[in-house]
Amino acid sequence: MNMAYAAATGAVPPGPALPGSLQRNRTLGQWLRFASEGQVDVFSGKVELGQGILTALAQIVAEELDLRIDQVRMHAANTDTSPDEAVTSGSLSVQESGTALRWAAAETRHLFLQAAAAALHCAPSALQVADGAFLHADGRRESYWTLAGRVVLDREASGAIAPKDAGAYRVVGQPAARLDLPAKVFGLPAFIHDMVLPGMLHARMLRPPSPAARLASADAAEAALDQARLVRDGSLLAVVAATQYLANRAAVAAAKRLAWETPLAAPLPDEQALPDWIRRQPADASLVAASPRQQDAVAAPPAGVFSASYSRPYLAHASIAPSCALAQFSDGRLTVWTHSQGIYNLRADLALAFGMAPADITVRHVESAGCYGHNGADDAAFDAAWLARALPGQPVRVQWSRADELAWAPFGPAAVVDLQADVDSLGNVQSWRHSVRSNGHSNRPGRAATPALLGSWHTAKPFPPLLALNAPLAAGGGAERNALPCYDFPVWQATSHRLLSMPLRTSALRALGAHVNVFAVESFMDELAEAAGRDPLEYRLAHCGDPRARAVLEDAARRAGWPGAHLAEDRGMGIGFARYKNTGAWCAVVAEIEAGVDIMVRRLTISVDVGAAINPDGVRNQIEGGAIQACSWTLKEAVRFDAERVTSDSWDTYPILRFSEVPAVDVGILDGAGPPLGAGEASVGPTAAAIGNAVARALGLRVRALPITAERIQQLLA
Amino acid sequence: MSSGGTVALQVNNTPRQIDADADLPLIDALRDMLDLKGTRFGCGAGQCGACFVLVGGHPMPSCETPLWAVAGKSITTVEGLGSPGAPHPLQQAFLDEQAAQCGYCTSGMLISAAALLRRNPDPDEAEVRAALERNLCRCGSHNRIVRAVLRAAAGNKSR
Repeated sequence: MNMAYAAATGAVPPGPALPGSLQRNRTLGQWLRFASEGQVDVFSGKVELGQGILTALAQIVAEELDLRIDQVRMHAANTDTSPDEAVTSGSLSVQESGTALRWAAAETRHLFLQAAAAALHCAPSALQVADGAFLHADGRRESYWTLAGRVVLDREASGAIAPKDAGAYRVVGQPAARLDLPAKVFGLPAFIHDMVLPGMLHARMLRPPSPAARLASADAAEAALDQARLVRDGSLLAVVAATQYLANRAAVAAAKRLAWETPLAAPLPDEQALPDWIRRQPADASLVAASPRQQDAVAAPPAGVFSASYSRPYLAHASIAPSCALAQFSDGRLTVWTHSQGIYNLRADLALAFGMAPADITVRHVESAGCYGHNGADDAAFDAAWLARALPGQPVRVQWSRADELAWAPFGPAAVVDLQADVDSLGNVQSWRHSVRSNGHSNRPGRAATPALLGSWHTAKPFPPLLALNAPLAAGGGAERNALPCYDFPVWQATSHRLLSMPLRTSALRALGAHVNVFAVESFMDELAEAAGRDPLEYRLAHCGDPRARAVLEDAARRAGWPGAHLAEDRGMGIGFARYKNTGAWCAVVAEIEAGVDIMVRRLTISVDVGAAINPDGVRNQIEGGAIQACSWTLKEAVRFDAERVTSDSWDTYPILRFSEVPAVDVGILDGAGPPLGAGEASVGPTAAAIGNAVARALGLRVRALPITAERIQQLLA
Repeated sequence: MSSGGTVALQVNNTPRQIDADADLPLIDALRDMLDLKGTRFGCGAGQCGACFVLVGGHPMPSCETPLWAVAGKSITTVEGLGSPGAPHPLQQAFLDEQAAQCGYCTSGMLISAAALLRRNPDPDEAEVRAALERNLCRCGSHNRIVRAVLRAAAGNKSR
C-alpha cells in the first residue's frame, strides 16, 4: 500500500522513469518551495509515526540544497498540498520519499545556481553555496529567497541532475537530533489529541458487545442521557457532548441501556487451539516462489528428512495513545484530521463511504503516538467524519477508549508455518519447503470497491466487511514476506495459504509475515544444526554465500561472545538472522536469556546493514525499538478472546514488556554500501528467533508456538 | 453524582480555582480547562502512566484522580518541570539522549523520573527501572530513557 504496492498493482504512471516517488509526483514545486525568507518548505507525502522520518528527510533536503537543517521546514502531509505517496509503511519511506526529495532538491539547487550565476554575471562554478546563499568571491551574493521569483519550480523534474556523491555528505550520515522531540519533552501540544477547534464537540463511540451483535434499541439509552445526545445509524452509535467529561459520562450511562441482539453466528475459534483451527479453514493456496530446479539431479538421496511446525497468535498494535480524529463538514466540504498512515487512501475510502467526490474532502495528518501498522486511526477518522456529517458546521473530536483500541483495531494475524527439509549426510540442506497459513496481512483503506473502515460496516445500510489480502511479493508480500529462504538451498519452494474466513479483523502489523516466518525458519535452522551436531552459527554460514549476510552474522556473534560458553547454567544464547523482505536490510541478533520462572531476555546484540544510513541515531533507535517490541511479542503477547468477543481489552489483559523486563541492547551498524534500505522492521523476526533459540539452548526444550510463556514451557515439560 | 462547585488547588506553583464537578478527572481539568496539554491520556484506568502528574511529589495517574481528591494540594505537570528556555535537568537529558521515539509516554516518564530523583538523587540503573515500572512504552525506547535519567542524576551530583 506504499508506493511499491502501487507500482506492483497499479497502472503504469505517465512519463519517463523518475527516481522514487517523483515517478508519480513529477513537479519540483510539489516537493519544495521557498515562500518564507530563510527557509525551505518541504512537502512529503510520508508521515511522522514516531519513527523520526521527517528528521531524516530534512537531513536529505539540507544536504542537497546546502542548507542547515534548521532552515528546513517539514510540513505535515495533507491531501490539498502534499504529493500522493500512498501509505507510510514497509520501511520504505527513505527509499520512496527520500529518493524523490534527494533528486528534487539536487535539481532545484542546480536551477537556482544557474539563476544566481546569471544574476551575478559569472560562471556557476564561481559561486559557493552555503546556508542557502550563493556567494561570489568578490562579496556579491544571491540566495534561494532573492531568486525565488525568478526560478519556476512548477516544472516537471528532469531526473537529469545527479545528487551529491556520498563522499561529499556533511549532514546525511551524521546523527541528527529529532526535530519533533523538544515539543514532546516540554509537554507542548504535539499530538492530534491536543488539537482544539473552536466550538468542537466531544464524541465517544459505543461499539457492539461482539462483532456479530446488532443494535435492537437505543431508546432507553437515549432517555437516560444528560447534556449529551446520541447519534445513531443502524448499529453505529456515538454520544456527543460539549466536554470529554460529559461525553464519557454519557457513554457509560448509555452503554448499560442499549439493547443488542446477536444473530446466530459461528463462535470465535478456540484460542487455545488456534493452529488446528487455522489448518481447518478454507484457504486460497498459492505458490509464492521456488528454486529454478525442483530436483537436484546430482544429489544423493537424503540422509534425513525433518519437519516442524511453528505458530503465533493474533497480536495487537497496542499503541500507547487511543485512536483519535477530528472532522468538520461545512458547505458540502469535509475536512478530517487524522493520524492515518495513508491520507490519500483514507480520502478515497471516505469518498466511497459517504458518496462524496474526493475533491470535496481534505485529509490532514496530525501526529499521534507510535504507529506500528494499520491500527484504529482510519476507523476513528471515519467515526469523526460520520459525526461531522450528522452535525453539519460543528467540529467533532472522537477519541477511542483503551478497550476499543485493544479490541476493535485490526490485529496482526495468527499464523502457522510448516517447514520441511531434506538433508545430506553432513546435515546440510538439500531441499527446503516452507508453507505459511494465515489471514491476509493487508486490509487497508483505499484499495477496494467498498470502504475498509470499521464504522461503515455497522450502519443501517452497511458496506460488507472486507477480507484481508496479501500484497504482491514485488511489493514485499504479506504472509509470504520472508517465506523465501535467505540461504543458498539447492532446491526450495514457498507456498502461502490465505484463509477465506476471518473471525477477527486482521491487517498490517510491523514486519507482516516476516515475524512468524523468520521465527520459524531460524528456529528450524537451529533444529537442523542440532540434529547434525553442528554449531548454529557455523551451520548458517555454511549455507550462506551472501557476504553482507555473513558480515552481520559474524559481527553479532563476535560482539556477543558466541557461543556463550562462559554463561551460567540458567542462561542461554541464541542467534537469529534475516534479510528483511529478502531485498531490504540484513540483520542478525544474538539473544542472551535467563530461564527462571519466566524467560527473561537479558541482552540483545544486534548487527545491521541498512545500506546508507541517513540518520545513524535514528537507525539505532528503530532497530532497538523493533527488537524490544519483538521481545514483548515473543514472551508475553496474545490477543485473548472467548466464543463471542475479544477479552484482552486492557493493559491488565494485554500486558506488554515493562522496564524491569527490557534487555540491554547493543546495536552495531555496519558500513553499508549502496542505497538506503529502511530500518523500522528488520530486527523484529531475527529477535523473535534468537530468543526462541536461546530458550532451546538453555532449557533443551524447543518452543514452537509463540508466545514463549512459563505456562507454555510447563505444558511442554509435562 | 456530585454537583458543580469550585475546587482550589495549586498547579505548577500557581493557585487555581476549578469550577467543575468535584468528580471531574484531574486530567480533564488540566487538559481541557487549564489548557495544559502536556499530560497525555493513555488508558483512563491508571495502567499506563502517560497521564502521571506529581501530587505533593508523588506520581499519580491524573485520569483516575478526581478533583475532590486533590483539593488544596500541589500538582506538578510536565509543563511545571521546565520549559524550552529553562529546561529541567531531566528534560535536557531526554533531549541529549534522544530518549524517545513517538514521545507520547515522555511526559509520564519525566514525572516518574522527577519523583525518583527527588527522593533518591543518585539512583542506580535498577532503581531507575523500578521507578519507571508503572510507565508503559510501546516503541522500545526504555533503555534510552533509563540512560537519560541516569545522565540527569549524574548532572545533579556534579553540580
